[in-house]
Amino acid sequence: MQFSESWLRSLCNPALSNQELCHLLTMAGLEVEENEPVAPEFSGVVVAHVLTVDKHPDADKLKLCSVDVGEAAPLQIVCGAPNVAAGMKVPCARVGANLPGIEIKKAKVRGIESHGMLCSARELGLSEDHGGLLPLAADAVVGEDIRKHLDLDDRRITIKLTPNRADCLSVLGVARELSALTGVPLSAPEIKPVAAAIDDQRAIQLDAPASCPRYCGRIVRGVNANVPTPEWMKRRIERSGIRSISFLVDVTNYVMLEIGQPLHAFDDAELAGAVHVRLPAPGEKLLLLNEQTVTPAADTALIADDEKPLAMAGIMGGEHSGISDSTRDLFLESAYFPPAAIAGKARALGFSSDAAHRYERGVDFELQRRAIERATQLILENCGGQSGPVVEAAAPDHLPLRRPVTLRSARAAKVLGIALPDERIEAMLKSLGLQVERVAGGFRVTPPSFRFDIEIEEDLIEEIARIHGYDSIPSLPPVARVAMMPASESKKSAMALRRQVAARGYHEVVTYSFVEAAWESDFAANAAPVVLANPIASQMGVMRSTLVGGLVGTLAANRKRQIDRVRVFEIGRCFRREAGAGPVDGFTQPLRVGGLAAGAAQPEQWGTTTRRVDFYDLKADVEAVFAPRRLEFVKAAHPALHPGRCAEVRLDGVCVGHIGELHPRWVQKYELGTAPVVFELELPALLATPFPAYVEVSRFPAVVRDLALVVPLGQALAPLLAGLKAAAPAIVRDVALFDVYQGKGLAESEKSLAFRIVMQDTQRTLEDAEVDAVIADLLAVAGRDFAASLRG
Amino acid sequence: MDNLDQLVAAATSDFAAATEPAKLEDAKARYLGKEGSLTALLKGLGKLPAEERKSAGAAINIAKERIESALATRRDALKNAQLEVQLATEALDVTLPGRGMSAGSLHPVTISLDRIEALFRSIGFDVADGPEIETDWHNFTALNTPENHPARSMHDTFYLQGEDGRVQEKVLLRTHTSPVQIRAMLAHTERHRDADIMPELRVICPGRVYRVDSDATHSPMFHQVEGLWIGENVSFADLKGVVADFLRRFFESDDLKVRFRPSFFPFTEPSAEIDVAFMGGALEGRWLEIAGCGMVHPNVLRCGGFDPEKYTGFAFGMGPDRLTMLRYGINDLRLFFEGDLRFLAQFK
Repeated sequence: MQFSESWLRSLCNPALSNQELCHLLTMAGLEVEENEPVAPEFSGVVVAHVLTVDKHPDADKLKLCSVDVGEAAPLQIVCGAPNVAAGMKVPCARVGANLPGIEIKKAKVRGIESHGMLCSARELGLSEDHGGLLPLAADAVVGEDIRKHLDLDDRRITIKLTPNRADCLSVLGVARELSALTGVPLSAPEIKPVAAAIDDQRAIQLDAPASCPRYCGRIVRGVNANVPTPEWMKRRIERSGIRSISFLVDVTNYVMLEIGQPLHAFDDAELAGAVHVRLPAPGEKLLLLNEQTVTPAADTALIADDEKPLAMAGIMGGEHSGISDSTRDLFLESAYFPPAAIAGKARALGFSSDAAHRYERGVDFELQRRAIERATQLILENCGGQSGPVVEAAAPDHLPLRRPVTLRSARAAKVLGIALPDERIEAMLKSLGLQVERVAGGFRVTPPSFRFDIEIEEDLIEEIARIHGYDSIPSLPPVARVAMMPASESKKSAMALRRQVAARGYHEVVTYSFVEAAWESDFAANAAPVVLANPIASQMGVMRSTLVGGLVGTLAANRKRQIDRVRVFEIGRCFRREAGAGPVDGFTQPLRVGGLAAGAAQPEQWGTTTRRVDFYDLKADVEAVFAPRRLEFVKAAHPALHPGRCAEVRLDGVCVGHIGELHPRWVQKYELGTAPVVFELELPALLATPFPAYVEVSRFPAVVRDLALVVPLGQALAPLLAGLKAAAPAIVRDVALFDVYQGKGLAESEKSLAFRIVMQDTQRTLEDAEVDAVIADLLAVAGRDFAASLRG
Repeated sequence: MDNLDQLVAAATSDFAAATEPAKLEDAKARYLGKEGSLTALLKGLGKLPAEERKSAGAAINIAKERIESALATRRDALKNAQLEVQLATEALDVTLPGRGMSAGSLHPVTISLDRIEALFRSIGFDVADGPEIETDWHNFTALNTPENHPARSMHDTFYLQGEDGRVQEKVLLRTHTSPVQIRAMLAHTERHRDADIMPELRVICPGRVYRVDSDATHSPMFHQVEGLWIGENVSFADLKGVVADFLRRFFESDDLKVRFRPSFFPFTEPSAEIDVAFMGGALEGRWLEIAGCGMVHPNVLRCGGFDPEKYTGFAFGMGPDRLTMLRYGINDLRLFFEGDLRFLAQFK
């Protein structure tokens, strides 16, 4: 809601500065969003009367003017404006005047003295219009300061209204609030009924009373549609953010801004018979004022005559029945449409209108007659004509009710944490125009027809708090009974995990949950992703089912910034349709951890040879974040990953994610240069962490033996290691791989795997013979089950 | 016994002349070895008359001790010199950088969320989580925002397309973390169904939320933290106390100005916006909108299973992205979602 401060002050004028006024409104819940002067600062400009205009002797485009500024002698001023003419009144910056950016001095223009400057709107900073001098009204008082004449010390104030405060969508509404806050009485505009001069009228039929329980109509004949809008009215509506169009349009907007009732003016000549408010016939079409043809939904009321639809009720007028320059006879509409009948309808058609904005939030349902009288009065005063009687149709059963609401003082004290005296509560409620009746323990309060937001006790408590001032309610440290919260040692927090991953060199990223469809098909082979109905851009069209896309996107973006070594991770949700899963039926939304590393394994540094990060680097990272639990890595296929360099990560036999090198096809498609290695793991699996299980520590010395086995090149480590461990007796504490060798000394089809075997007993020192026997047994098992031989 | 003094002097001087251990051992042999001069004198003692033997022997032993002492001193000196040489050659350039892995970083918003969680945990708030694809009921209806309520236009909601290609009206991307309020309340009232007096519910719900909006100050995806406290005697004054306390602790600024002004949310009544003003820095003195809050609306309490006559509560929702921007002086929201390592690496 935008309005002019001087308009507001004409209705309620407390002794507050502009800043104080704005602060007061903001702190009462009418947040002042903008507060700007209507004109820049300048001085020394007055209303001038151009007496004569002559040619400049030495310049074709310049004129020599004699100008009356209200002093004994006229001033001689050189002027280049194309529209300068004798007899007009214009702003004149006198010598010594300070305009935005210039100071006016006595000057010679092409040899002729000029004692000031005649001004355009742009020179005064009022608009961008510099087509000529700003013409002033013929009755402007010569010599008067232009700031006073045009009310330029006014300010435009914009308040950001919350949807519950429809009552403040008018200057009168804001003034009413200001009066309640300051105690300064309201001087509302005087609205007197205009007696009918003619009998002409149209019958009004409410065929859809739920959509329109009150409709006032009136014919005004013989108006002059071409009169200019008075300057004061034009200023007020323009400073309220509405463009001046023509007097008849302006007057409907003026009344709406002034008291909050939207009005519509039809060209009476276009109407046939009675006026109906009815629901549309199936398929009925209407061309609106905004040149959009709509087929209104079945529950959208129309204004119609006996033959055709005229307007979308409370939303927008029709193109054919609207007023124009040639309109002579008007049919004025002032109606009440309830919020439920209007809400969401304009939005559904992709536009908004001032009328719909007000009706869907709530217009005072007792305002219609006053508004039509106010508009009639202004029309007759300015463009003549004769008005017929006001015809009012009403369906009282469908008008809103104002039920009394009980307010208990004790409840207010409980909710607010501060007890206010009953007298104070009563005074505050009354100041807001509420009807207040004292009852035992509190009040019975009936809200006025302009308030749509007072239905329950809490609504009244808010009103009290607001007028009392939120600032005047104390801030208290709360008092509560406290119980300790559980802190499980078997569950790691997501934050602890983040720190662990970050400590291994990964930077945390947050990427969008919506991604391009190609990412889903490339990285998850997901042909049926969850699609957004209204994405912000096509590359954010579907919900991700994998974190890989966002990580690869991050890599690509950083590569474009010449960053080669990238290590990033993200914790976030992924989304898939899946019947009967999770808190929202039909969708799974698991939390996952994804990581990606590309470029050098370590930051480039002295004293180490640079090598690219590989599968095993990330495998170590994955193992570290799962430690002390042991994982199983099983060769697997994944749409995002290199088929020969991809593993499924298993914990206790259950798949908890994947790890692998990005498929070369995607490395090429996404222009990554070199292949990153990625992992993606289920978060809940990572957060469960075992409670430490104590095992006795041996006091006896350990025996360490190395065993190098030559095996076929294709032999995977895991089964061999598992076989050795299974065959080892209890004294074997650990079997660990410490070297893999291929090359000189071995056949091309062979490799050597070297194990370190640690043996120890908790009760005694081991003897050489039994150690030798263990090694011999292990060698035998390896030979029998894995075609392994001892490396010579 | 001048001879003995000369001998000691000669030995000391020979030792000093020896510049390495081997030469020192040669020199030692010349005096103390089998053929050494001093050994010879000791051997010659037997030829002396018995009355001289004792005093001569004592004098020779003294000389021997002096020579041995000179030898030990010289040995130490040589060893020390050798160590000095070793140490000098082993010296490092201590200004060369350390080697190894570099540390990664946490996202700045994560750092804020961690602080927020820690501060609220310190006064007994638990942390709850909820789905991001949410039902219309949880996101709007249960929060006292029925269909066509004007407040719904405050949220430009992302809807999903059903498998039949049409808009699925009953599910959406949550527009705020407030639906987690409902889930937390329902879980709490279910858990304590049989209690005469329900224990207090204190919970915060951080997470990602979505709105159809994108420019320098709006992102279609951003973060929110919802807070909720319900009990038998929770008031607006408590709300002011908790939120103001939190903001001062979060920004580590005791003189932070905090103000509450009336506002509107369908799910709270009374409702307030919270503004803060810093007493220093680039934004000094300006009121900055930072959170919305209010007393939980009775309809919402009812949806969550609480009797609004018996229980009252407050809720607040704030944007950790904005809190983070203010805390670190970050001027563009989009940086949070662009994954630029040059930006991210600054938050260790």
